[in-house]
Amino acid sequence: MEIIEGCVYLLGENINTDDIVPSHTLTLRNSDEMAKHTLEFIAPDFVEKTDKLNIIIAGNNFGTGSSREEAVNVFKILGIKAIIAKSFARIYFRNLINNGIPAIAINWKNTDFKTGDVIKIDLNNGIIKNQTQKCSFEFSKLPPFLREILEEGGTIKKLQNQFKLH
Amino acid sequence: MSYTIAEKILKSHSTENKVFPGQYIEAEIDLIMVHEQLGGRIHEEYEKLGLSEVWDPNRIFFILDHWVPAPSVSAAQMHKDCRNFAKKYKFIHNMGMDKGICHQVLPELGFSRPGMLIVGSDSHTTTYGAFNCLSTGIGATDVVMVFATGLLWFKIPESFKVNLSNELGKAVMAKDFILTFIGNISTKGALYKSLEFHGNGIEKLSIDSRMTISNMVVEAGAKFGVFLPDRKLEYWLSKRTTIPYTLVKPDKDAEYEEVFEYNLSEITPVVAKPSNPDNLAYIEEVEGLKIDQAFLGSCTNGRMEDLRIAAQIMKGNKVNSNIRMIITPASTEIYLRALKEGLIEIFLKSGAIVTNSTCGACIGGHLGVLGENEICISSTNRNFTGRMGDPSSQIYLASPATVAASALAGKIADPREVYS
Repeated sequence: MEIIEGCVYLLGENINTDDIVPSHTLTLRNSDEMAKHTLEFIAPDFVEKTDKLNIIIAGNNFGTGSSREEAVNVFKILGIKAIIAKSFARIYFRNLINNGIPAIAINWKNTDFKTGDVIKIDLNNGIIKNQTQKCSFEFSKLPPFLREILEEGGTIKKLQNQFKLH
Repeated sequence: MSYTIAEKILKSHSTENKVFPGQYIEAEIDLIMVHEQLGGRIHEEYEKLGLSEVWDPNRIFFILDHWVPAPSVSAAQMHKDCRNFAKKYKFIHNMGMDKGICHQVLPELGFSRPGMLIVGSDSHTTTYGAFNCLSTGIGATDVVMVFATGLLWFKIPESFKVNLSNELGKAVMAKDFILTFIGNISTKGALYKSLEFHGNGIEKLSIDSRMTISNMVVEAGAKFGVFLPDRKLEYWLSKRTTIPYTLVKPDKDAEYEEVFEYNLSEITPVVAKPSNPDNLAYIEEVEGLKIDQAFLGSCTNGRMEDLRIAAQIMKGNKVNSNIRMIITPASTEIYLRALKEGLIEIFLKSGAIVTNSTCGACIGGHLGVLGENEICISSTNRNFTGRMGDPSSQIYLASPATVAASALAGKIADPREVYS
C-alpha cells in the first residue's frame, strides 16, 4: 500500500455520483455489470481505458451527490488504485477510505497532468511524482487511523479482524 | 470553551473532554436510517462479519422508498433482500413500503429530536437538522460499521453561521432561498462544514420550509444544516413525540469560520439550470422556456405547504395540454391530509397525475422518467446529467410555486404573476 504506481485518467470538476453510477444501473444485481456503465454519460471511453489507466485525477468536489457506495465499488472493480482530486465530497471521501482506496487531495494546474501520464504515489511520505511530466507534489498525509484502514484493506476487513480477536 | 451546535452535539456523543475543528473523534450514534441501500451493498458486507445480531435493533429506522412499488424484477429482488435482512436481525422500526419517503416519515413519527446524532444511508439525511439535531449521510460500509458497533468516526467540522432576517415574499419559498444560497456559495462552498441557521427569519419559516433548507445543504457540500430551536419547533414536536429532549443552542462566543447574512424579504423566485444545483438563474432569465414535464414532490418539496401553494395556483385551471404534470406527496400521511383538504381533487381535475409516495421520479427510477432532450421543471434537489432519465434530458430545479405556475403555462413561469 505504501507505493502506488500507475497511469492517469484525467477527469474534470464536480464529477458526481450520478455521473459515476447512472441511476438506471442502481438496481442491477451484478456489480460487474454495473461497472460496465461507469461514467458512461460523461466519459464513454473510460471503462475501456481502465485496462491501462488505473489512477484518477480530478478537480474539485469529486464524488458530490448521493451516498451510493456503488460509485466507489465500480472503480474498485475496474482496478482503480487511487483517486487524486483538488477536493472530495465528504461522503465519497469516507466511502473511498472504507473501501481501501486512497483519497488524496492536492491542488494542481491543467499543465501538471495528462491522461496516460505515469505517476508514483508515496503514501507514507506524502509525495506524488509525475514521471512523464517530470514534476512532483507534496500532500498532507491522512491521519494514522485512516491510514490503518487503508493498510488493512478497508473497513470491512478491519472489522473482521476486530471481531476475530474478541 | 465555547461551542457551536455541531461541536456540542458531537462532544456529548463522544468521550472527549474538549473538541475543536479538525479533530477526529469516535461518536455514539443515536439512530440510523436505512433504505434500499440495505439490499444493495449493505446486507452482503454485513454478512461478511459473521455476526448473529446488530448492535441495537431499536436504533435502526428501516424503510423502502426509492423504487416503490418495485418497477422492475431487479428492484423487487432488492426489496426482498432488504425485508429478509430486517427480519433476520429483528429490526423493530420496520416501516415497509407504504409510508412514504424516509426524510418525511422519520420526522413525522417523532424519530428526529433536538440534540440527537442521526446518520442515514442517504445524502439528504441532513434534512433532520430542521429539528435541532445533527444528521448526515453515510455510505454502505459506514452503515455496516454502525450496525456492528453503534460507533462512527467524525471530523469535528468548522461551522458557518447563516443569519436569516425578515420574511419571504408572496409566492417566494424556502426553496428559492436555498437555491440562491447554493448558487452564491457554489456546490463546493460548504464542503465538510456545519451550517448553523440563526436569526429572526427562522420564526417565520414553517417546519416544512426549514426541512427544505436542511435537506439541500448537502448540495453545497455541507455535513450538517442545523437550525436553532424555537417555540414553533417545540409545538411541532409536542404533536409527534412524548420522548423528552433538550434543546441545543450554541454558546454565545462560539467560533464560526464564516458568517452569512440573508434578508429573506429580498429573495425572489429562482431556478437552478442544468446540470448542477449551483447554476443559479433568476426566474426572469428563464421565463418562457418550453417544458415537457413539471414534477412536484420529493424529500425536498412534497410537503403540505408545497402541495397547498401548488393547489392555490392550480385551482380551476388546467395543466398545459403540451406537457404532463406529476405530483408525488412526500408521505402517505401528507397524501391523506391533502385528500382531506381537497388538494388531490384540485390536482386531478387540473389534469395532473398524482402518484404514491416514492423517490421514483427524482432518481429517474419510475413514475416520471424523462425521454431524449426533454425538459423538466422540478421541485427536487439534483439536476445532474441523466438524473431523471435520458442523459440528453434537462432539469430546472425550482420551488413548488414555480413548478405549478410553469405547469399551467407549459413553459417556465413566474409564480408571483399567478398567485394571489
